Amino acid sequence: MRCDDCQEREAQLNLTSIEDGEMCTLNLCQECADARGLGMSVPEKAPLADFLAHMASDESSEESESAEEPCPYCGTTHSDFRRSGRLGCAQCYGRFEGQLRPLLRRLHGASQHVGKLYQGDTTEAGDRFARLASMRVRLQRAVDVEDFESAATLRDLIHELELEGAE
Amino acid sequence: MIVRDQPLELQGLQWLGDPGPEHEIVLSTRVRLARNLQGFPFAERAGPDDKRRILDRTIETLESSIVLGEADLWTLDGLDPIDRTVLLERHHVSRELLGADEDGPPASAAYVLGRESGVGVMVNEEDHLRLQTLKSGLQLDSAWRDVEALDEELGSLLPFAFHHEFGFLTSCPTNVGTGLRASVLIHLAGLVLTKEIQRVLEGISQVGLTYRGLFGEGSEVVGNFFQVSNQTTLGKSEEDLVEHLSRIVSQVIQYEQRARGVLLREAPAVLEDKVWRAYGILRHARSLSLEELMNLLSGLRLGLTLKLLNTPRVETLNRVMIFGQTAHLQRAAGRTLDEADADVYRASFVREMLATDEPSARSG
Repeated sequence: MRCDDCQEREAQLNLTSIEDGEMCTLNLCQECADARGLGMSVPEKAPLADFLAHMASDESSEESESAEEPCPYCGTTHSDFRRSGRLGCAQCYGRFEGQLRPLLRRLHGASQHVGKLYQGDTTEAGDRFARLASMRVRLQRAVDVEDFESAATLRDLIHELELEGAE
Repeated sequence: MIVRDQPLELQGLQWLGDPGPEHEIVLSTRVRLARNLQGFPFAERAGPDDKRRILDRTIETLESSIVLGEADLWTLDGLDPIDRTVLLERHHVSRELLGADEDGPPASAAYVLGRESGVGVMVNEEDHLRLQTLKSGLQLDSAWRDVEALDEELGSLLPFAFHHEFGFLTSCPTNVGTGLRASVLIHLAGLVLTKEIQRVLEGISQVGLTYRGLFGEGSEVVGNFFQVSNQTTLGKSEEDLVEHLSRIVSQVIQYEQRARGVLLREAPAVLEDKVWRAYGILRHARSLSLEELMNLLSGLRLGLTLKLLNTPRVETLNRVMIFGQTAHLQRAAGRTLDEADADVYRASFVREMLATDEPSARSG
C-alpha cells in the first residue's frame, strides 16, 4: 500500500483517528508520519555510543591521554569503550572511574548505588559502604522521630567513616 | 534439578492461562536483573573458554537452586533456528542471545527456565546472567519479588561483580547499579485513537521512564502495544524504581480508561464499526501479515474490554498474539514458511482460534 502523503514510499503505519464522529484512516510511510508528528518510531539502538562520542569532545587532551592507558586486566581502552559503549570487565569500572562518574551522572542522574548491597562484597571498601548505608538509614529514622541526640551522634560517625574512605 | 534440551512445548506459557490484574489494559509485566561473575571478562571481551566456564559454573549452581526449582535448559546453538525464534517470540530470550543471522548465537549462550517458578536465566547474553520473569497483567511487585529471591540465592553461591560506589557492574553502563529493568506491556488504543498518545509518551519520557515496541530495544510499536520501563538503574533502590514505574503505569491506565470513555461517548457507532470490522477480517481473512494481525487484535481487544462484544476471551487473544507469530506457525506447520505462506497459515490459524470462541454483540 502506498503512503497517502508522498504517494511514493510503501505505507508502514496505519493510523485510525476519529474526528467529529467520523473515522479517518491514514496510511503513511515512516518519514511522512514523522513529518506530521505522528511517527512513533523508536530510537535506533546504540544511542549510547553517539552520546559517548559526543562527550569525548568535552574532555581535555591531557585527560584523553591518561584515558588511553588500557585496563590492566582485560586490555580495554577508553576509546574502545567509547566506540562500543561496553566495558570489558569489572576492573574497567575502577580503571575508568574518573571518566565514568560524570557519564553515570548524566545517564542516571547519580553515580552512587543505593540499591541492594551484595552480601558477597567482603572488601574493606564494601564493608565501609555497607556500614555507611546502614548508618544513613538510621540517621534518617532518627531525624524522622526527632531523636536529635542520636542523629547528631550518627552524623559524626558517618562523617568519620566518610573521611576514612577518602584517605 | 535441570533437564537439558527437552522439546520445546508450552514451557513458560503459564501466564497465558490467566490474564492477570488490570488485563483490560495491561498485557504483561516483566522484571529482569543483570548480573556478572567476578573473575571473568564481560561478554565483549570473554572468549569461548570463558563463556563455557561461565555457563558450567552457572548450571552447577542452578542445579541446586530451590527458588528456580525443576528447570529446563536449552543451549541456543543446540536448538534449531525455528525453536530459537519461538523463544524470542515468547519474550523468553533477547535478540542478542539469538545472535546475528550470519553468526548464530554467541558461544555458550543458554536459557534456563524454572518449570513451576516461571523464573528464567539467560546466560552469556550482554551480561553473564540475566535473571527474569514474565507475568500476566500488572504484577510488578510479585515479579520483582520472584526475581529478587533468585538473585539472593544465586548471590550467596556465585561471586557477583559489585562495586561499593557503582553497585552491580554490567557490561553497559546504562544498566549498572541495580541492574534492574522492570517493564509493562500496555495497550493504549484509546489514547492513540483520541490522539493523546504523543503527549502521554512525552510525559513518560520526562519522569525517568522510556517506551519501546513489543520486542524491546529498537523494535517498532505495533498494534498500539507499548512497553514502558525504567530508564535509569543507578541512584535509586530497586523498590523505588519498581514503585515509581507502578505509580506512573497506574496513571497511564487512568488516562487510557478516560480516553476509552470519551470514544464510547463521542463516537460509539464508529468505535463499534471498527471493532466488528476487525473481528470480521480476523474471522474470515485468507492471508494476514503479522503487523495486520497485531493491529486488528488491538481493535478486538478494545471492543472486548469495552464490552462491545463479549467473546473471544482475552486469554484467546493473548494466545493468538503468541501462537500467531511466524516461528510458532512454522513450528505448527513443521516446516519453514516463506512470508506469503506464513500469512496464509496465520489467517487459517486465527480463523480456527476465533471459531472456538464465537462472540455475540452486546445488543444482539
